[in-house]
Amino acid sequence: MILEVNNLQVNYGAIKAVKGISFYVNEGEIVTLIGANGAGKTTTLRAISGLERVHTGTVKFKGEDITNIAPHKIVGMGLTHVPEGRRIFTNLTVMENLRMAALLVKDKGEISKSFDEVFELFPRLKERRTQSTLTLSGGEQQMLAVGRAIVTGGDLVVLDEPSMGLAPMIVDEIFNVILRLNKEGATILLNEQNAYMALSIADRAYVLETGNITLEGTGKDLLDNPAVQDAYLGS
Amino acid sequence: MKWLKNNSEKVAIPLVFVALWLLKYFGVINNYLLQILMLAGVNIIMTESLNLVNGVTGQNSIGHAGFMAVGAYISALFTDIIFNVSDMPLIPQTALFLLATIIGGIIAAVFGYLIGMPTLRLRGDYLAIVTLGFGEVIRAIIRITPFVGAARGMMGIPKLANLFWIYLFVILALYVCRNFIDSSYGRACMAIRDNEIAANTLGINVSRYKIIAFVTSAFMAGVAGSMFAHTMRYLHPDIFSYIKSTDFLVYLYAGGVGSISGAFLGGFVLTILPEILRFMQEWRLVIYGALLLIIILFRPQGLFGGKEFSWLKLKTGGIHQMGLKDLLGRKKMIKKEASAEETSQ
Repeated sequence: MILEVNNLQVNYGAIKAVKGISFYVNEGEIVTLIGANGAGKTTTLRAISGLERVHTGTVKFKGEDITNIAPHKIVGMGLTHVPEGRRIFTNLTVMENLRMAALLVKDKGEISKSFDEVFELFPRLKERRTQSTLTLSGGEQQMLAVGRAIVTGGDLVVLDEPSMGLAPMIVDEIFNVILRLNKEGATILLNEQNAYMALSIADRAYVLETGNITLEGTGKDLLDNPAVQDAYLGS
Repeated sequence: MKWLKNNSEKVAIPLVFVALWLLKYFGVINNYLLQILMLAGVNIIMTESLNLVNGVTGQNSIGHAGFMAVGAYISALFTDIIFNVSDMPLIPQTALFLLATIIGGIIAAVFGYLIGMPTLRLRGDYLAIVTLGFGEVIRAIIRITPFVGAARGMMGIPKLANLFWIYLFVILALYVCRNFIDSSYGRACMAIRDNEIAANTLGINVSRYKIIAFVTSAFMAGVAGSMFAHTMRYLHPDIFSYIKSTDFLVYLYAGGVGSISGAFLGGFVLTILPEILRFMQEWRLVIYGALLLIIILFRPQGLFGGKEFSWLKLKTGGIHQMGLKDLLGRKKMIKKEASAEETSQ
């Protein structure tokens, strides 16, 4: 088990956004959290990465307790977070964005190797590497956000809504890269509104509803589950 | 010739120094002009220092005169009261002056650390309020400290700063800022400015980088304070009020926040402008205000926002570099050519 979340509860003031959920991620898996808006998916991921304060419960990463540790330390331990809505550094160029992600990597050879990998996965970024990121399209910004995660190079990559607001073709491209990252050894925890897409690549999945996990199972099981089909797949 | 083209600043800077010295020697620069140029230098250092916090790191410090006051009083205390420098021969005098400047900077940096440590974890406006409060507290403390003259002010500080020392420190400040921005520290600070959460998720220790920028900035402000003290020869706590802090903010935002060249020009031009406008007598400050308004209306990013002089040779920030050619009328910007080495770094 690379990640183990136990009875996680996160509050925003008096509002309980996540009401004591437990789940785990095994090494090498793709696990996805699906659910409607406001179900607590993003809050859960942010709490895992230390961006949100955990009220009760524990988060264990590689056997170590990382509950309420500073985010940069969690990244250093090998948990990379691709935040919702891309969050590109708009005043820097594409290359500089990637270099920021390499801040914790000390080995220069490894850095240039990971840059090459990003440019191989997303040739579009290579064309635009000296441009200011203000000139990138939404899809290219998401590619850059994923590219940054590749350069940071965690064992567990947490992706928050990577398909949000993107054209279907680009969503496919992003998901292919996620699959490839997984094949190369990274464990993936994915939070997605596009439930069909997420469930079809996931090994296991959890359904979140208003801060609670209501269903869990393999991706295929949930795809066939009539309740899920009804609520999230719109068939 | 090629070397000259690539290293023009190494030739130009000493030439400017020699030219200034010659102008002074032949009496073209009188004492009035000299004092304005020296104050402009002090203001440039202050604006560059503020740029590191407000421009590069995106935090709001609005009490920077407080750090300047610390540097000014500590260094003056050193040269005037602890060692009576004015009776010494030139060489130990200068050495002590430089030492006092560095100590002033260090003490200001210590204050920067003490202020920054608890507050830089907070976001946005809180820091602004705390820095404003700090500036006023420093002023209040100086006002009741008898051995630095309390509310009477500190008089008879030896005149040790001159054009050479001030502009040497200006060049050092530009150099430090340039190298800071071009390092991974500077990029981390800019990442924090652009998006704090994303910076966090890339493993950047946000509060650490904020404090590094803040302490560096406070040090520079302390050095500027020392230069100010040894130019004006008289210090009074009310000089370092929040109005002074606001002046530096105006220089920075009119010049172009986030740009080294902008901070340089802002500090220089806006110090000299009110003096040039003196012939307008009582209309002087009205025109000054109107000019500021025009700058902000027509160039909200500041005169040099998002641009840098090409002789600074900045690489970071997706910056458009401006060469002399562009300033002299050619509209087309020279887009920064990213070299192949950049990929391998």
